[in-house]
Amino acid sequence: MFQPAKSLDEALSCITDGCMLVVPREVTGAPMAATRALIRRGVKNLHLVTLPTSTLQTDLLVGAGCVETLETSAVSLGEFGPAPRFCAAVTQGAIVMKDATCPALLSQLQAAEKGVPFMPLRGLIGSDVLKYRDDWKVIDSPFGNSDPIVLLPALKPDVALLHAGMADRFGNVWIGRHRELATMAHAAQKTVVTVEKIHDGNMLDDPLLAAGTLPGFYVDAIAVAERGAWPLPLPEYYGADDAHIALYAKLAATPEGFAEYLDRFVYEMQAA
Amino acid sequence: MTADFRPEELLADVITRLIGDVRHVAVGNASPIPATAAILARERGHGRPYVSLLQSRKHTFFTDGARELFDCAGQGRIDVFFLSGGQIDGHGNINLVSTGDYAHPKVRFPGSFGSAYLYYVVPKVILFRTEHSRRTLVPQVDFISAPGASEPNVYRPGGPIALITNRCLFSFADGHFTLESVHPGHTVEEVVENTGFDFARPPQVPETPAPSPETLALMREVVAPQVAEFYPQFAAQVFGLGPPAFAR
Repeated sequence: MFQPAKSLDEALSCITDGCMLVVPREVTGAPMAATRALIRRGVKNLHLVTLPTSTLQTDLLVGAGCVETLETSAVSLGEFGPAPRFCAAVTQGAIVMKDATCPALLSQLQAAEKGVPFMPLRGLIGSDVLKYRDDWKVIDSPFGNSDPIVLLPALKPDVALLHAGMADRFGNVWIGRHRELATMAHAAQKTVVTVEKIHDGNMLDDPLLAAGTLPGFYVDAIAVAERGAWPLPLPEYYGADDAHIALYAKLAATPEGFAEYLDRFVYEMQAA
Repeated sequence: MTADFRPEELLADVITRLIGDVRHVAVGNASPIPATAAILARERGHGRPYVSLLQSRKHTFFTDGARELFDCAGQGRIDVFFLSGGQIDGHGNINLVSTGDYAHPKVRFPGSFGSAYLYYVVPKVILFRTEHSRRTLVPQVDFISAPGASEPNVYRPGGPIALITNRCLFSFADGHFTLESVHPGHTVEEVVENTGFDFARPPQVPETPAPSPETLALMREVVAPQVAEFYPQFAAQVFGLGPPAFAR
């Protein structure tokens, strides 16, 4: 039997200072309770990878000084405008940016899950995205005739962190149609999951559930965090807390307001 | 001219014409007018094209994660996509990253999203920018998220076909823009004044045709309620639909 972690902090213990951490895009469920716990603990120098974009989660981690290097295709607050702490950190040179494009990050993690050194990808040639990435290479396709193509190295994160609706006592995690969560877990050395609830029974015994299940084989730690994506939405469970995100956008526009936000909603919310 | 339609309705009608007869239109985030146009195309085509609205769970059929969109596009299974930019230049280059020097930017935008790939592989990319000014339409972008054109040996079945703004419609071919029409209430002089790049234009520039009464009725009665499901504020503002029961 797989033992759920005694606490959220215990589940997050493998996310250490300086590690490479991959997190999912907002619409697949962002692990926000875990993010607040990491900020409370004061994690530092993360190499944060977003698959492939991010919103409030990355803005919080960057603003709280947890991130040294950010590898992403885009960070914004969506309808609520620019991500203020991300924009400030980049213009001030406070973080190392590795600008990517969505299918590049997906391909790099796919290379890791296949155990191959790189993946080729169309596009990119002639862009400044490619120009500023000296870890990406252009070759002439060995199967073509003067056909340049970009090669992207495998990206092997130390830890994948995700939030899902449910897990069972065998460590299996329900991810539904969000298959990139499986890609993250396959590619990373370790996978930490927060869930809304524990499901009775083994999800792999039910063929309908099994098709949307990340097997416990890939999962290292699970902690229950109810409303663990709040204030962001968890599809099929709850919507976004728009009023709260609007409040965040307003406060985070200044360093003082962001500090106030952390005090009120991160450091004071031990249970969240 | 009596303005018995809203600017957003005109733009959606123009985009529906640009979409044409295709199998699959995909629309990214924060694009209510392209989404309106795509659904209008689907209503007119009685279910064709497939429309994938990437921010809506209900309006995407993808079951293989985020990769499926890009794999689809790479195979040529997406015919039309929409892109914008903090800056767009006369070569069709788009900038979604930053202004100034990349290492020390003046203004940071969110990032390139999927543009550095989709701009190359989707046959009809429609550029869309509702702020038509010298700040947004520039001689040369500061950062090329994706280029408007590529060297002949670069695999590129796709690229920009048009740029639509709040003032006019440009077509794009052979590496440059041509002014096709100016929207009712706007002038060629105003377009020249507010565009930072050079473009071609015919001696007589036509006015963008107004949407027909049939199109407006379809848009308001059939399309708008669907748009309200995922762009409630836009639908309320443009089509006067009441606040939705739930958002997104």
